Amino acid sequence: MSKRVVIVGGGVGGTIIANLLAKKMRPELKKGELVIDVVSDKPEHFYQPGLLYMLFGLKHHDELVRNEKDLLDPMVELHLHPAVKIDKDKNEVHLKNGVVMKYDILVLATGSRPAPEMIPGLKEGGNWFYEVDACLKLRHELVNFKGGKIVLTVGLPHKCPVAPFEVSYMLDDWFKQRGIRDKVDYTYTYPIGRLHGLEPLANFGAKTFPKHGINTETLFNMKEVDPNKKTVTSLEGVTLKYDILIAVPPHKGAQVIEDSGLGQNGFVPTDKFTLKMEGSTNIYVVGDTTNLPISKAGSTAHFESDVIVENIASELRDGLTPFRYDGKVFCFIETGMTKATYIMFDYNTPPNPVTPSALIHWFKLTYNKVYWLTPMGIL
Amino acid sequence: MTEEELKQIKPTVTVDARGTYCPGPLMELIKEVRQQPVGSVIELISGDAGSAKDVPEWLNKVKQEFLGVIPGEGFWKIYAKKVKDM
Ligand SMILES: Cc1cc2nc3c(=O)[nH]c(=O)nc-3n(C[C@H](O)[C@H](O)[C@H](O)COP(=O)(O)OP(=O)(O)OC[C@H]3O[C@@H](n4cnc5c(N)ncnc54)[C@H](O)[C@@H]3O)c2cc1C
Repeated sequence: MSKRVVIVGGGVGGTIIANLLAKKMRPELKKGELVIDVVSDKPEHFYQPGLLYMLFGLKHHDELVRNEKDLLDPMVELHLHPAVKIDKDKNEVHLKNGVVMKYDILVLATGSRPAPEMIPGLKEGGNWFYEVDACLKLRHELVNFKGGKIVLTVGLPHKCPVAPFEVSYMLDDWFKQRGIRDKVDYTYTYPIGRLHGLEPLANFGAKTFPKHGINTETLFNMKEVDPNKKTVTSLEGVTLKYDILIAVPPHKGAQVIEDSGLGQNGFVPTDKFTLKMEGSTNIYVVGDTTNLPISKAGSTAHFESDVIVENIASELRDGLTPFRYDGKVFCFIETGMTKATYIMFDYNTPPNPVTPSALIHWFKLTYNKVYWLTPMGIL
Repeated sequence: MTEEELKQIKPTVTVDARGTYCPGPLMELIKEVRQQPVGSVIELISGDAGSAKDVPEWLNKVKQEFLGVIPGEGFWKIYAKKVKDM
């Protein structure tokens, strides 16, 4: 009997795992001893970090998508039907078209999505750049903006923890280029008492935001938005007026995770070292889908994928799963339109941003073009 | 609450934020307080000394209950109770 590995979700983590496993387990795949399936709810693979550039007209939608089929190893089977139920007791994944897939090993890679509906009034009164349509709408608002108050708010949890920083620096440069920076009153808010969850980054912001004319309001957790009065109020009792509200909405995981009782709000309780679902021996969780208190980022999904692939291969070949995730995360951080820095950290090493430079910015722009090699398992 | 009383608590949810630099302990606590139902007790394990100060300050600001802290070796166990909707 052949073994079957089913991966639900064809984003960063799911695609890397499928491709690396197919490479590693070539002999078993060729002999028909192993089948690898990817279940995806859409035919395209979208490069989400490109949205930050799309907001400023620097990337077009077509540059940011590829067919998932073209990215996958030909020996991986792709099923283009959403998973609607996962039965962990029967080892089954149920697809929307009625097909039931039995698995020996399951990988949950369904990601996270902005859920503006969690904050009253945010959907109606706010803008965000974390999804294509919302990003294009905000782009139009920004291009037509003649001046006034912009407020940036941050909900919890959210993916890409550095994006609120990046967009603030980039907007400052962009409004300068458009000659209206002096007419823009920009306020960056943040949920805790400093400017970022990462302390070195918070310190970096405290030093540089004043030079960029960015006002700040810390301990600000969105409670509600009044789209008529154009105000946003925090749980802490502060109300800010805005002309454009740019929000990073709080996120949720996939509906199928909630519907299958695998995790509150769609995030799955996961062991921080083995990356197995808590209480399970044959379910792995990757990327944004975990409930781990670490950055939800493509790089996190990437580094976790390496560990999960090694453990799945080792488990299938000799029943051992000795590999451990060390908490590694890497993030580029744009500090304007022409410079960037980066941070790298793990469970034992705190991050330390380097001095921003044009070189790192160009590195990021290059990575945006060659990203496709990452899900393909090459880079 | 006394340390002895805190040790008896059966938390609704535990967040072990040791060794996780981003998003960080207070952000994790805020997320949990928001998503758990009223009456839940949240146990936050933090390796950051600042949490023992930040967390009660925030709970006080948003009028949720701070139950106390148990100091450990290089970490702090902090207890919060959600007493009203938010
Ligand atoms: C604006 C922005 C900027 C970002 N910048 C960066 C950056 O600079 N660096 C970085 O590292 N990260 C960045 N990220 C974050 C990064 O994109 C995510 O963290 C990453 O995509 C997570 O990978 P994942 O595999 O967990 O989930 P995803 O890549 O989101 O993949 C999940 C997949 O599962 C599918 N799915 C969901 N439900 C089902 C279902 N029921 N059945 C089948 N399929 C399903 C989804 O459609 C999706 O294709 C950014 C994100 C945004 C929005």
